[in-house]
Amino acid sequence: MATEFTPIASLIGGGLIGLSAVMLMALEGRIAGIAGILSRLLPPHRDGAFAGRLALVAGLVMAPLLYAAVAGGLPAQRIEASGIVLVAAGLLVGFGSVWGNGCTSGHGICGLSRLSPRSLVATLVFMATAIVTVFVTRHLW
Amino acid sequence: MSILLQFLTGLVFGTGLLVAGMADPAKVLNFLDLGAIPAGTWDPSLAFVMIGGIAVTWLGYGIVLKRARPVFGRRFDLPTATAIDRRILVGPAIFGIGWGLAGLCPGPALTALGFGSLASLIFTAAMLAGMFAAKILGEPTRRVAAPEAL
Repeated sequence: MATEFTPIASLIGGGLIGLSAVMLMALEGRIAGIAGILSRLLPPHRDGAFAGRLALVAGLVMAPLLYAAVAGGLPAQRIEASGIVLVAAGLLVGFGSVWGNGCTSGHGICGLSRLSPRSLVATLVFMATAIVTVFVTRHLW
Repeated sequence: MSILLQFLTGLVFGTGLLVAGMADPAKVLNFLDLGAIPAGTWDPSLAFVMIGGIAVTWLGYGIVLKRARPVFGRRFDLPTATAIDRRILVGPAIFGIGWGLAGLCPGPALTALGFGSLASLIFTAAMLAGMFAAKILGEPTRRVAAPEAL
């Protein structure tokens, strides 16, 4: 399915994601990696920051309500993957992000902003395997 | 206050994803689809999300990290690991395959949940199971490694 190239909106949206990363660092001194925040809600717990993490996740989930209230409707959301593919994808995304200590936000935004070589390696690796996966499923399968 | 501000932080993050078009897996997959470049249907938007996100975070971190401590915390909790070990290759490699299969990663999956779609619920439930598995499997290696470190 073709999608429209939206450089300005994506740049502004990216800026808002960056703003939220700066907010979390300024307020709590923590990295805004969603995989890390979400996985630390699962046991075993290692610190007492559970309520704050839950509040951040609640904000993420409720953002569409705010967006719809202001914009008068929701943007497009097209999930084309079928049930079994969604389960496999979810398992891989969840496992891989915790195993590799980060996801697109933790490594891709926060890590790269800190000029972390580890995050650069992680970002290049997940970009590469994701690009290969899409190539295989869309052009070879 | 701290809890309320973290809710606001999540709200800003999710709004950013929505404005950027990243709560739409089709847009993410069309970025990852380099094979679509010859046909002219490649969507480079995600690169602009990265540029905007990194620019603001880099600038903001530069200002914030000059302070002695965060507003509510005792210290800045920054990652200390620097080793390029097998885990930092294997984890992201697995993550990328899942990302390429559905076009969803943790942040957008949570914001997609707010749309109330069954697909995002199935994905998020599986993602939590995967996270839990990695936490459990990751534990023993740490426990075994501890005595050696002493």
